[in-house]
Amino acid sequence: MTSPDNLPEVPTNAEVPEVPAVPEPPVARRGMFGTTDTGDTSGYGGLVVRRAPQLATPRPYGGYFDELVDTLAMDDAIDRVVVDRGELTLHVKRERLVEVCQKLRDEPALRFELSLGVSGVHYPHLKGEELHAVIHLCSITHNRRVRVEASAPDEDPHIPSTVGVYPGHDWHERETWDFFGIIFDGHPGLTRIMMPDDWDGHPQRKDYPLGGIPVEYRGATIPAPDQRRSYA
Amino acid sequence: MSTGYDEATEGKVYSVTGADWDEVVSGVRDSEDERLVINMGPQHPSTHGVLRLVLTLDGETVTEARSVIGYLHTGIEKNLEFRTWTQGTTFVTRMDYLSPIFNETAYCLGVEKLLGIEDRIPDRAQAIRVMMMELNRISSHLVAMGTFGMELGATTPFLFGYRDRELIMDLFEYITGLRMNHAYVRPGGVSVDLPAGAVDKIGEFLKIMPQRIKDIRKLLDENPVYLRRTKDVGYLDLTGCMALGITGPILRSAGLPWDLRKSQPYCGYETYEFEVATERGCDVFSRYLVRMREMEESLKIVEQALDRIAGPLKGDPVMIEDKKIGWPAQLALGPDGFGNSPDHIAHIMGSSMEALIHHFKLVTEGFRVPAGQAYASIESPKGELGAHVVSDGGTRPYRVHFREPSFCNLQGFPAMAEGGQVADVIAAVASIDPVMGGVDR
Repeated sequence: MTSPDNLPEVPTNAEVPEVPAVPEPPVARRGMFGTTDTGDTSGYGGLVVRRAPQLATPRPYGGYFDELVDTLAMDDAIDRVVVDRGELTLHVKRERLVEVCQKLRDEPALRFELSLGVSGVHYPHLKGEELHAVIHLCSITHNRRVRVEASAPDEDPHIPSTVGVYPGHDWHERETWDFFGIIFDGHPGLTRIMMPDDWDGHPQRKDYPLGGIPVEYRGATIPAPDQRRSYA
Repeated sequence: MSTGYDEATEGKVYSVTGADWDEVVSGVRDSEDERLVINMGPQHPSTHGVLRLVLTLDGETVTEARSVIGYLHTGIEKNLEFRTWTQGTTFVTRMDYLSPIFNETAYCLGVEKLLGIEDRIPDRAQAIRVMMMELNRISSHLVAMGTFGMELGATTPFLFGYRDRELIMDLFEYITGLRMNHAYVRPGGVSVDLPAGAVDKIGEFLKIMPQRIKDIRKLLDENPVYLRRTKDVGYLDLTGCMALGITGPILRSAGLPWDLRKSQPYCGYETYEFEVATERGCDVFSRYLVRMREMEESLKIVEQALDRIAGPLKGDPVMIEDKKIGWPAQLALGPDGFGNSPDHIAHIMGSSMEALIHHFKLVTEGFRVPAGQAYASIESPKGELGAHVVSDGGTRPYRVHFREPSFCNLQGFPAMAEGGQVADVIAAVASIDPVMGGVDR
């Protein structure tokens, strides 16, 4: 029951502080109904689902992260810094990637001597930076971790190779080329590693279908995994 | 040989199957070129899966060694993007099929990090994870040592290794229902609590196992043939390991006590007492010693974890108490194997509408994971196993990438084999202990 006397007092003529408008992230999906595939409409979480915003953490980052970014002192090479779930991510301009890796490895106060390889991620909705190469580094000296991320657009999928800094990236970059089509310039032998040499396409990209065949069981047909409804 | 080849560019090609080398020997005898390129595989040269080695020989010396992988690529990472987060465990467990519990745990730690529920995982679940991982470490090392003996021409270590591994397989089967590919560790905990009698069975195992490890040590530690085949073979020092990103027993055989269980503990490893085994030889024999000591240390951890599971943590939950995340059903052993427990079915069908809704939602669509990315890493028997998990906020992984230690370590093979004898190639590969299911994923 709402009665006037249990509501908070609102002073008339009060100055409403101006709230800076938060840019709303783009809409990923709209509407609850209108599925065309299976007729299964359960599980829709809302009428409008927005894409997660791209994070950029302001200082202070907390922990050793501030010290790390200060020691690196290459703010002009870093597009944005993200601290999320206790992990530091440096989004690096691709043309400066090798330089940043070199400094991360060699600077005595940084000493990220162990690289855990290159992983790719394909974000088709991020125009101009669809392909990401994600490098996880670990410093044994200081027992620290950092993630370095460089991106390239689909039309120009070039990222400089970091094999010169971390020789172990040889196979990792071949794998990322194989699966995502990111061309690592300067790699000593960028060939396919998992797929056969004459394979067409890059299977882990989002526009590459999973494939599969529908399964029939007692008259009912269950669609192939990539044809099934996603509830996201 | 049915595949086409061009003798003008590749030189004379011989196909050798089995011990049929006469043709090659007679052919090479008259040849001007002393260089011989050998293709080992793509059948398994060393019982580790389908691996192909291309060796360039000058006499008996390997001048160039390359490994060719990809024969066991199954697209696990791609497949994950089309299943729910929980279903993912059934895929990742098949990667490195000799250490399934580790694959599951790395993946689940990544998912839990994304969900932000690391602190809410029940202690009992963590203790069971630790115990299962350490049992799994022993079984993985036993296979590594067993197949290693066989590759060098001795069948006894193989029989020993597999006999003892069988004890652990039996335990796994008793606890999870499966010998391999358990999908036992799930986001939020483990799929099912230890069945009645499991603690006693593990207790018995702990009584038997130390002697079994001693038996293997007695057989190999000072065996002159074994020493000749392994000492100063497959040398890779700390600099090489660091440059190539090699971790695990190979790194520790080069003298660096780097073990994530100590340096960046997870699942409560900081509360267990154990030592990190290191050696300084940088060779195959040192790796053997490291693995043997790790098995002994693992037994200590299993014992401590078992004490907690049977003692203070007895009766605690093994799945996170969050209706929106925790898998609702506890499994029970029925006449036709593991299935939903009758109690649970009675609960959702008879008494709680809420529970029925949660069960339905979790099983059909799964839980949503907040958008972002996380990297979780654990110390698997082969080295650092990392899971880079990306979510877009949905009920399915957006991208999962595994930093597979076998994949990274196998890159070190040319550095170990080049300049050595052709006979030592097998020893070098075996000491890396690559499992191709993990390498190719």
